[in-house]
Amino acid sequence: MKSKKLNINGKNYEVDAEDQTPLLWVIREQVGLTGTKFGCGIAQCGACSIHLNGALARSCVIPLSSIKSSDKITTIEGLSKDDSHPVQKAWLQVDVPQCGYCQSGQIMAASALLKRKARPTDQDIDEAMTNICRCGTYQRIRQAIHLASDLTNSPANKKLG
Amino acid sequence: MTTSRRDFLIKSSLVSGGLCLGLSLPFTANLALAAGTEDLASPIEMGAWVLIRPDNTCIVRIAKTEMGQGTLTGLAQLVAEELDCDWSHVKTEKVSPQENLKRKNAWGQMLTVGSFGIRFSQDYVRRGGAAARFMLLTAAADQWQVPLSELTVSKGIVTHQNSSRSTTYGKLAEAAARLTPPDPKSLILKEPKDWKIIGQPLNRLDTADKLNGSKSYGIDVNLPNMLNAAVMACPVFGGKVKSLDDSRALKMPGVKKVVRLDDYGFAVIASTWWRAKEALGAVLVQWDEGAAAQASDATIKAHLEDGLKTQTGLYEFRKNGNALDAIQGAVKKIEGTYYAPFLAHATMEPLNCTALVEADRAEVWVGTQDPEGALLAMSKQSGIAIEKCFLNRYDPGGGFGRRGRVSDYVTMAVSIAQQMPGTPIKMIWSREEDMTHGQYRPISMCKFTAGLDANHKVVGMHVRLSGQSIYAWRNPTANLKDYKDDFQLQGWFADPKSDQQLCYTLPNLLIEYAMRNSHVPVGTWRGVNVPQNSFYMECFIEEMARASGMDSVEFRRSLMPTQSRQLAMLNLAAEKGDWNKPLAKGKHRGIAQFMSYDTYSAATIELSLDKSGAVKIHRIVLALDCGYAVNPAQIEAQVQGSIVYGLSAALWGECTIQKGRVVQTNFHNYRVLKLAEMPKVETIIKPALKGSWGGIGEPTIAVVAPALVNALSNALGRPIRSLPLKNQKLV
Repeated sequence: MKSKKLNINGKNYEVDAEDQTPLLWVIREQVGLTGTKFGCGIAQCGACSIHLNGALARSCVIPLSSIKSSDKITTIEGLSKDDSHPVQKAWLQVDVPQCGYCQSGQIMAASALLKRKARPTDQDIDEAMTNICRCGTYQRIRQAIHLASDLTNSPANKKLG
Repeated sequence: MTTSRRDFLIKSSLVSGGLCLGLSLPFTANLALAAGTEDLASPIEMGAWVLIRPDNTCIVRIAKTEMGQGTLTGLAQLVAEELDCDWSHVKTEKVSPQENLKRKNAWGQMLTVGSFGIRFSQDYVRRGGAAARFMLLTAAADQWQVPLSELTVSKGIVTHQNSSRSTTYGKLAEAAARLTPPDPKSLILKEPKDWKIIGQPLNRLDTADKLNGSKSYGIDVNLPNMLNAAVMACPVFGGKVKSLDDSRALKMPGVKKVVRLDDYGFAVIASTWWRAKEALGAVLVQWDEGAAAQASDATIKAHLEDGLKTQTGLYEFRKNGNALDAIQGAVKKIEGTYYAPFLAHATMEPLNCTALVEADRAEVWVGTQDPEGALLAMSKQSGIAIEKCFLNRYDPGGGFGRRGRVSDYVTMAVSIAQQMPGTPIKMIWSREEDMTHGQYRPISMCKFTAGLDANHKVVGMHVRLSGQSIYAWRNPTANLKDYKDDFQLQGWFADPKSDQQLCYTLPNLLIEYAMRNSHVPVGTWRGVNVPQNSFYMECFIEEMARASGMDSVEFRRSLMPTQSRQLAMLNLAAEKGDWNKPLAKGKHRGIAQFMSYDTYSAATIELSLDKSGAVKIHRIVLALDCGYAVNPAQIEAQVQGSIVYGLSAALWGECTIQKGRVVQTNFHNYRVLKLAEMPKVETIIKPALKGSWGGIGEPTIAVVAPALVNALSNALGRPIRSLPLKNQKLV
């Protein structure tokens, strides 16, 4: 086991973990950022969603060995400094979460979608949002993604996102 | 609002009544600090439920568990309403079970199951708010030397109009805290017409930290010197460890110890959970699986089928008239046998609990629906007196009944920590462990026989339920005389005062229960026994409607001569769901109604079915009458949530048994609804009927499966009697 450099939310970390350790557990246990959740361990539920070099990824099945020190990892804690990301603002306004456990992953998935597609259709949302929520917040998630898109794309909010 | 008659009544009762009981508690202003309230400006206690800070913040104590259902916000609304404070100044804090014990249950029962949250605590929490208000107003009246009746209060600002003086709750708090709290029973609560906060569709109070990763769940606990544990119990329920070789596991990085879980399993303790989990696989274990390893779906179903036929050992739950004779003599006879499988809860946050056991004290960090039960479980397992047991509450990442009355995971965490005294150990179950060691929704079968006369009127109905009993599982030594277990018959009660009434009047009715238990643990799943019993009843009623040639809604109406609240919901769901409007080609509708947890629900589902049997649900209109609707926005969220939970179960949910163990292990083979499959849900909340407080978390799931199945059977022109639908040929 050798120590490894990781860049998470713009900060550098050095971690000691076996090569096959999933990135999720490195983030949670070695780095100590617990906003990224464990739900299934087999990339089925999306609770562990992060952005890897800007793209959505399920961290529970990414072995540490596949991460390069130049890779940029963003977790829910790094999405914005002050909860100002349009997705976070929309989530608050629509009052999306119930128990909240899956919501880090949902927000990471939604923000990745909006980065790819500023004005997603319902079908785009259907295809992109495959994270599981057992509380059943899906209807509000859909509504909040449309709102986040409006917040991002309205002229008054150009700076956001 | 003007200070009303109620204040006079309280005042006089205080003067004449002498010592007040109930809320006369020691004022421990530092309790909130101990509980982790972030602001250090000392909050001052006003009775058990309210604390006021000098900056006017009103902290409402919450005794019930918030696990997503929104009860925290609803309870705060109830208290804030009577307190007359500014809603934007309201914060909440959790009460701990040990504090509740110490203060002789000042906050009532904390157990949060059965959609209790609001309906069984609304009265005393509102009185808690009213008591605090009374103390604050009394302090103002004393300070200004004016009669209490001349004071008005709005949003936490107390005004004496005549002398143009006003002050705030924050300024009054210290003086108010020195007063003896009033007897809560002497307080007169506001009339519903005067409510300003109750009934408002307010956003939740607990959303902000769910958006940035800062909310800490039990699984996120981190303590100095903490170690982590991964567990494996015998895959066959009731099986034992025969032999165990941990030599390889102990050589793996970070592994500290391998410990036994009683005689049924083992745990690996390591520096991180991932290392512990990896090492689980390196432990060579041989199980003594016992006789239960022979059990399978086939053997369990055969046992249930026997219960459908037997003439002995039956519990006669309801009998009016002579159903068997009436059916015998009927012009038309209808018969159908229904089935619902075991189901896992699959909460998003897998079960976990962190425990620390020392020589004379124990402490846990856990998300539970039953803090008091968990405290008892700690004490029982550790042998440490309950006064020396401490529980730190976390909001569970989903409960749905799994974190309810059974604290198996707390007992397990304590048993692990006992084997490494002085070290806090966080135990997390893998998803596989969580899925295969549940407290499953009970399996059952239900046989219906009914008769119609020449005018297509029902002459009799015979219901035989055969299935596993939750009560029997939880109380293996209980004397279940004559297999009498009303709990399994939820939703079929005759008494109009029951909160689980069957809202049909049938001329000759016989309902029997054959208890048929298996080795599989069973427990309370959202709605408990209601979702199965509503599926059975509402789908067979649909079969009867079809046999009678009557419209589904008309037929139900004909059986509901006196059940006006339920009838109103049926009519509302039919009307708003366009029941009488023609359907577009290829679309089908189904309807169902049910009453449970003191709430009346009905739903219309619209779907299409393609040639391959694929179902697309387009629209669900769900009408409910829950009495007072404390927060319509949160009710709407619960309706949507219960539909997602109910559809997941109806479409795909099953835990099957092979060789004594559960086959399904994770979300790849225990499919649940995803966003793309979410139909458009329209929630219609009927304005309150005076004096009624119904549940919200569970009742509406009752109508989901039957409305869906009825729509499909309408599409196919034949009944569907077995869940989940993935096993049915829908062509």
